[in-house]
Amino acid sequence: MNIIVPVKLVPDLVEELSIDSSGTALDTSWLRMIVNEFDDHAIEQAIILKEHTGAHVTIISVNAEGIDDLLFTAAAKGADRLIKLTGEVESGVNNHALARGMANIIKELKPDLILTGVQAHNDLDGSLGPQLAEYLGMPFVGYISGVKVDGEQVNVRKEYPGGLIGDMNASLPAVLGIQAAEQPPRYVAISKVRQMMKTVSIEELDLSTLDLMGGPTVNRMFQPEVTERATMLSEDADEAANQLINLFKELGTL
Amino acid sequence: MNQDIFVAIEHLRGKVSEISFIMLAAAHALAKETGGQVVAIVLGQNAQAILSDLNADKVMYVDHPLLKDFNPEAYQKSIVGIIDEYKPRAVIFGHTTIGMDIVGGISARLGLPLVSSVRTIESGSKLISQICGGKIMAECDLPDATALITLVPGGYKPEQGQGTQSPPVTSITPQQLGGLRISLNQYIEPETGDVDISKEPLLIAVGRGIQTQDNISLAEELAQAMGGVVCASRPVVDQGWLPTSRLVGKSGSTVKPKVYLAIGISGAPEHAEAITGSDVIIAINTDPAAPIFNLAKYGTTADLFDLVPILTEQVKNIKG
Repeated sequence: MNIIVPVKLVPDLVEELSIDSSGTALDTSWLRMIVNEFDDHAIEQAIILKEHTGAHVTIISVNAEGIDDLLFTAAAKGADRLIKLTGEVESGVNNHALARGMANIIKELKPDLILTGVQAHNDLDGSLGPQLAEYLGMPFVGYISGVKVDGEQVNVRKEYPGGLIGDMNASLPAVLGIQAAEQPPRYVAISKVRQMMKTVSIEELDLSTLDLMGGPTVNRMFQPEVTERATMLSEDADEAANQLINLFKELGTL
Repeated sequence: MNQDIFVAIEHLRGKVSEISFIMLAAAHALAKETGGQVVAIVLGQNAQAILSDLNADKVMYVDHPLLKDFNPEAYQKSIVGIIDEYKPRAVIFGHTTIGMDIVGGISARLGLPLVSSVRTIESGSKLISQICGGKIMAECDLPDATALITLVPGGYKPEQGQGTQSPPVTSITPQQLGGLRISLNQYIEPETGDVDISKEPLLIAVGRGIQTQDNISLAEELAQAMGGVVCASRPVVDQGWLPTSRLVGKSGSTVKPKVYLAIGISGAPEHAEAITGSDVIIAINTDPAAPIFNLAKYGTTADLFDLVPILTEQVKNIKG
């Protein structure tokens, strides 16, 4: 069982975001990048499958600042092979270009199963998984929160609104968009990640020239105009508690 | 290419999803710009009954046993065939567990441009997308080729997409759907928990800001003191700290309590869309830029770890 997990970094939304001088993109100079949380779940699901059925897990990502840490962390969790894609990947990469470029490389890896995060919060031209599937000629199902491999088939739990689950099958090889792994992503000690840095190597492959067709051209980015904003109570905890108590009384909940 | 705006209608177990009506409303806004008609595409089996209240100039209906339930492969093939034949100006999909499964593949298959997370369409056919958890908006022009669009809720009211008279229906011959690689075995009903959060009048909701499983007890103690129920956003449930029956959001429950107290919740769109029916939203979040404050009626940036224990203590004192 050969599992490929394409992952990427996204801006940490806990930080303040600002727009750069072009007005069409985020200012990346102070931006803290973290692993896309759904990709983190995809890594976890791949490791769970490896533990249950035995599998070879390859993590693949485009080059970016901080990407080595992400790859070594995945290795510490149990990933077998780490690949970093280099080339014109620094700016303006869209999912269409990425899917086309990655498909050529992933094809050579002869995957049985590709697990990727169902979406990333900064996607502007759809998510990576369905496009990758189409370029690879494989079936795709997304919003998955459970994966079992059964011979030539994969059995998945697909989420629908209201907590409804679709129990579905797809024939392998297939691409799945992971919403949540069966268990929350595991924690690994920094010492173990450091150990990986010494013992595991990251392979570099060239993504070559990217074809951006199909992705969007942004005229401008801006922070949403707020039409109605909350009435702000005190930022002091004691004072805010008093105000909330009065509010609860007014609203009839106390 | 004509100037019509097609809408890929979503339905689940015999009921049209709310996003479908929101998409129809957006389609009318875009059709006004392009000068075309609004055409609803419905894939299903014996689904004629659900067509009558779609606010569309016409409906293209495809009937096939393999289209009875959502199957990404069968739906994708069917819509690829329709786009190829009719070449509309744009096709609107839901930014949902259905639409997002197929739109990327259709874009890749037909080589058509895709703009996702669109919330509103402004004059000049400008598409305004909502990204980065609702913190950033991006404006794109309507691409020149047949544009594929995914729509998030929030920009249009579903009532705008509900029609008063049945639209004319054209039956479309189904595509060849043999040899599908994806199949639905069965639906699994949602876990019925101890409580139904969609019916509770007072919800104490916790998000990523709660940080650890142990801290959930802070919210539980407050809920117990106030007579409310604890629920959560996606990150908390994905960590296994609370069961799925307590999940508020896109793939969880939509809630409409009298009071929704959001503790450490940023208010990402997937969560926001499920709480807008609340009478009063009160938010506690140390990030003054958190989108939750744009939804909430009242808010404070006090630290939840200071505020919530004090609040619980005061409520206990009052209730004796």
